[in-house]
Amino acid sequence: MNNMKAEQQYIDLFNQYEELICRHASAIQNNPRKQAFTDFRKNGFPKKGSEDYTYTDVAAAFIPDYGFNINRLDIPVNPYEVFHCDVPNLSTSLYFMVNDAFYKKISPKVSLPEGVYTGNLQEFAEKYPEIAAKYYGKAAKSSRDGIIAFNTMFAQDGFVLYVPANTKVERPIQLVNIMRSDVDLLANRRLLIILEENAEAKLLVCDHSIDAVNFLITQVVEIFADEGAYFDYYDLEESSDNTSRFASIHVQQEKASNVVVNGITLTNGFTRNNYYVELNGEYAETSLCGMSILDQKKHLDTYSTITHAVPSCTSNELFKNVLTDSATGAFSGRIHVKEGAQKTVAYQTNRNLLATREARMYSKPQLEIYADDVKCLHGMTTGQLDDNALFYMQSRGIPWEEAKMLLSVAFTADVIANVRLEALKDRLQMLVEKRFRGELATCKGCNICN
Amino acid sequence: MQESNDILHEVTNNEYKYGFVTNVDTEVIRKGLDEEIVRIISAKKDEPEWLLEFRLKAFRYWQTLDMPTWAHLDIPPINYQDISYYAAPRKKEGPKSLDEVDPELLKTFDKLGIPLEEQKILSGMAVDAVIDSVSVKTTFKETLAEKGIIFCSFSEAVQHHPDLVQKYLGSVVSYRDNFFAALNSAVFSDGSFVYIPKGTQCPMELSTYFRINAANTGQFERTLIVADDESYVSYLEGCTAPMRDENQLHAAIVEIVAMERAEVKYSTVQNWYPGDKEGKGGIYNFVTKRGICKGESSKISWTQVETGSAITWKYPSCILAGDNSVGEFYSVAVTNNYQQADTGTKMIHIGKNTKSTIVSKGISAGHSQNSYRGLVKVVANAENARNHSQCDSLLLSSTCGAHTFPYVDIHNDTAIVEHEATTSKISEEQLFYCNQRGISTEEAVGLIVNGYAREVMNKLPMEFAVEAQKLLTISLEGSVG
Repeated sequence: MNNMKAEQQYIDLFNQYEELICRHASAIQNNPRKQAFTDFRKNGFPKKGSEDYTYTDVAAAFIPDYGFNINRLDIPVNPYEVFHCDVPNLSTSLYFMVNDAFYKKISPKVSLPEGVYTGNLQEFAEKYPEIAAKYYGKAAKSSRDGIIAFNTMFAQDGFVLYVPANTKVERPIQLVNIMRSDVDLLANRRLLIILEENAEAKLLVCDHSIDAVNFLITQVVEIFADEGAYFDYYDLEESSDNTSRFASIHVQQEKASNVVVNGITLTNGFTRNNYYVELNGEYAETSLCGMSILDQKKHLDTYSTITHAVPSCTSNELFKNVLTDSATGAFSGRIHVKEGAQKTVAYQTNRNLLATREARMYSKPQLEIYADDVKCLHGMTTGQLDDNALFYMQSRGIPWEEAKMLLSVAFTADVIANVRLEALKDRLQMLVEKRFRGELATCKGCNICN
Repeated sequence: MQESNDILHEVTNNEYKYGFVTNVDTEVIRKGLDEEIVRIISAKKDEPEWLLEFRLKAFRYWQTLDMPTWAHLDIPPINYQDISYYAAPRKKEGPKSLDEVDPELLKTFDKLGIPLEEQKILSGMAVDAVIDSVSVKTTFKETLAEKGIIFCSFSEAVQHHPDLVQKYLGSVVSYRDNFFAALNSAVFSDGSFVYIPKGTQCPMELSTYFRINAANTGQFERTLIVADDESYVSYLEGCTAPMRDENQLHAAIVEIVAMERAEVKYSTVQNWYPGDKEGKGGIYNFVTKRGICKGESSKISWTQVETGSAITWKYPSCILAGDNSVGEFYSVAVTNNYQQADTGTKMIHIGKNTKSTIVSKGISAGHSQNSYRGLVKVVANAENARNHSQCDSLLLSSTCGAHTFPYVDIHNDTAIVEHEATTSKISEEQLFYCNQRGISTEEAVGLIVNGYAREVMNKLPMEFAVEAQKLLTISLEGSVG
């Protein structure tokens, strides 16, 4: 019932405003819209209780009335003034997206290697029409999931990082998403990341909601790593209680490429993250990890599929959650080893700490294996901090609260350890500690940058 | 490699050892399923009104359901109207002694290596032999009766102990539980009933051999085991079925109730016809097995060795309702050729200080698909629940699949739950090492597989362990991918 209601609302909207949506977007985004609309009409929003969405009611999040910035009106904010980025020792090329629009009024004074493109999708499509057409929407198929179809239907802008062959971007690139609005707002974000042969880059994406209204975000990230490419993607969510986020990250890797995807949820409202990693070339390596600290009524549902399509690839998956109050966490991970994908090495780990009675954790680590010469392991645990360890620390004069905090920080340390940026690693460790002390929840600004 | 291929070839070409048809007269009612059929079955068994009502309710509910599709199985469409729901061996005036039992039947048991006579008495087992739905012969009844233990066919229990049956039937697996449970509740033919009175240790292993015989008859067994306070029983179930070209449907229900400090051990060796090497024929096995640890400190332990059936859909579960209760699940599932298995367990922790252990060993060969699917659920009031799950898969060919789908739902912060799974194959080094010591590849694989499954095999009662080990050897020895 909910689903029908939520879907109809957007089907009507699309029918009515299709022309307007297209007028304010580039051809590259307009072309797949029709197909996405057909797929959305066919599949609708994923239904709560279905195998992949057992604990997340998507339709319920889409029912309320949200503002839609179809006319692409300017939001009066200068993010460079709102945020001052001075992470110690971390100098980044800083870009902003305000709601779902790339902020291009001011460009950062950075010198990127020749040929590297960072900027909005429209310009990219004009500059490199063939490349844009080759990649946009090719990893995130709108038939895969109703939310991807929804995003493809309505997305009007996006951010592109393009690194041509044999180019190394030394300086990490930072993209800060700011949700800024006076009324409840729905944003459809789109990120396209292309790394050609032997290219190398690191991208840090931070999510912030700076207003206290309700935000609903859909986000589709496509990452293409060609032969020998090296790419790090760090996704840091520091939104608000009033933010619902439905993100999907699609990674396609070719031969001997190496990709790290690390999703860190420090503060959020209602979040669903879908990760789809496809290893399509031999010797590709992927590391997919994430951690969250969930309190109050926060909700985080992580879903991942890692497909080993060819032999000799390695994947390493690690997700950790700390839950208190009446937070809800869900983890569903699937490692799919296709027939013939011999010599696959795949590790999957999910560990959760439950600190209160009301907190809920649902975990579903899965292996689907169609090849015999493989090394696949998965493990999951849900439990509490070790009483003995707590006692030991107290006996050494460390107060209970402090001991608990130290052990919790230690619990999440191995996710942070996967970060391949020293300065960011230190900063994240500090943020996690602050978060456990309860100092972060009250902070309104950008925590990376303050 | 050539040698191992030969062995693999030899193994995959093994004909089903237990495939034959017994020519016993069977009484079969018309095909199809409607209210009239349900009434006919009930009338044939001379059932009381409440049981007919139960069947009809289940049937009406079943009509509203669709077959579940969530399992990792490729199930060909089943025409439920093309099955005869009742087949009973025609009785010649009711046998009073063993001599009067249809000699064909006895031969069947002999072929299976299950003599119903002296050997059984010597081995101290009571056998309630079920052929095509109706209990034919129950031995040891007197010995058991002395202790007040009731061990009889389900239909006898309905006649002689209606109160007990009415009290516990459907109390663990409701007819509304799932599609196959509803179907079984509507048309169940016969099965076993066990009641162990308070403070009684059952002196022998109770065992039942299920066999499917007449062509095109589904078998819908219903087993109910009630262990009253401080009692103990070990129940064995073993299955073999004759070779058939057409698929046969089997949808059984097993319900176990363990009261205070009672312990029930339920062991299964399942070796129904798995279909030929092209995947033709074979039994469809859709079973609902569940036990409830109702009383404090009670324990239910499931042990299963699954080597047969074309399709297996089976999740023996424990509801740990009593405080300090314990649930265990030990399983070895072997699939070969085109067999498919989706099996596992559910452990529902409700009482305080409940513990559960899951050990599942999957072995896949040929083109088979072998899945573990399990749920560990800890509800909000289940203080100090403890679970450890271990699921290992062994792959013996490059064309088979091994999958693990564990679900873990935790609603309590004092729970400690662990799940571990590994997937591997028999390594060349292990084989080489054995070869080097003069052990042939075939024997080596047998050794390694048996070693791999030992943790589960050790849980089986002695008599069963031998049969189970034989089965493993037949199904797998030498299957090196």
